[in-house]
Amino acid sequence: MPNIRLIARLDIKGPNLIKGVQLEGLRVMGDPEEFATRYYHQGADELIYMDVVASLYGRNNLTEIVRHSAQNIFIPLTVGGGVRSTDDVNALLRAGADKVAINTAAIKRPGLIQEVARRFGSQCMVLSIEAKKVSEGKWEAYTDNGREPSGLDVVEWAMRGCELGAGEIMLTSVDQEGTRRGFDCDLVRSVATAVPIPVIASGGMGMTEHMVEVVKAGCADAVAMADILHYKRMELPEIRAAGLDVGLHVRHL
Amino acid sequence: MKPVVTIIDYGVGNIFSVCRAFEHCGAEVRLCDSEREILQAERLVLPGVGAFADGMAGLRSRNLIEPINQFAGTGRPFLGICLGMQMLMESSEEFGLQQGLGLIPGKVVAIPSTGDNGVPHKIPHIGWNELLISETNRVGTIFDNTSSGSAVYFVHSFHVVPKFSQSRLADCDYNGRMICAAVRSDSIYGCQFHPEKSGEIGLTIIKSFLDK
Repeated sequence: MPNIRLIARLDIKGPNLIKGVQLEGLRVMGDPEEFATRYYHQGADELIYMDVVASLYGRNNLTEIVRHSAQNIFIPLTVGGGVRSTDDVNALLRAGADKVAINTAAIKRPGLIQEVARRFGSQCMVLSIEAKKVSEGKWEAYTDNGREPSGLDVVEWAMRGCELGAGEIMLTSVDQEGTRRGFDCDLVRSVATAVPIPVIASGGMGMTEHMVEVVKAGCADAVAMADILHYKRMELPEIRAAGLDVGLHVRHL
Repeated sequence: MKPVVTIIDYGVGNIFSVCRAFEHCGAEVRLCDSEREILQAERLVLPGVGAFADGMAGLRSRNLIEPINQFAGTGRPFLGICLGMQMLMESSEEFGLQQGLGLIPGKVVAIPSTGDNGVPHKIPHIGWNELLISETNRVGTIFDNTSSGSAVYFVHSFHVVPKFSQSRLADCDYNGRMICAAVRSDSIYGCQFHPEKSGEIGLTIIKSFLDK
């Protein structure tokens, strides 16, 4: 059985690693490569880079950061933010990314999912979904880093994305993001049980109990974390050990 | 002297990481897409992600199939990674029956959609999974310095079914389904996982290949 993946998520604006609350109020944390290298050596299972202002400007500025990081980091690297075409995907893959995460452009033109999956394979097409709760058991997908409502129901959109060829879903709860109050487990379970592809839970991890909960109750296949790592509230080896202690199926290093 | 590794660039996927990982392990990397360079290679790597038919078409359009087969007959070290491993086999069932390089007897089929308990599981098989290395077959291979139980990174929807058990170098357990993780026939190796994306364990496997 594959292990639950512990993923460090790095949101980037310009040259800086940033962190916000509910994707707003961004605070500069430092040099993303420094953080990424530390997480690699501490045993992160994957890294995710998100250019959080890319959709606004219509382009992804991470190519150089990706190229540098990929020099000395030998774990899978997902890159997202402002990816609009298969040419954008190709540029990021050639810079050293293994997968791309697409949200806004896929909602505007779902056929992009199919094009990316056909040209590069489903394994590199990660559908990123930013979800806001509408009512009990119902969530709406947002674009432009949690700013614009799309009118799409999250679970239905996830199923559609999967049919179009997405290989994975990164599901961010905008409500929980940066709050350290735990994942939206209902959201994660609703999507993870509706699609046959892996789901990465993102947004809300404040302590290891949250990770355990979103895996056990939320059926997450992978857990993305940011705040807890960037602020060094806990280090990855401690988080991994805590998972192993309660019998969570995470990788032994 | 630095070991030299020739990596085939046939227009598929992220080749950058494979090159970097070999360089990191002390190799001099040569990218190649011609017959002459393949035949002159000291050791050869066939990387690749994506669909089987696209991979074979990429090799065919560059006239690389015949030189690869010739190289494989020389006894010099050869490593196929992910799709590169799958193409070593005789055929694949991905999008209709496709012919492979046929260097190792066996075929490529879809990963069963359920675990052995009948419960549907996630496809693709993505993530870190433990290598179950065949103790009888491992000696003198790329797993010389890697212990069984080490986790490496997989991402695939199809898997290799070798015809003969002696080709099977390592497996991994996906919800009770035994997935072939590595194959070997003499100096020809294939890894379903990505050694270039498997942290220090992956780099150790790459170093062992460079020692061959």
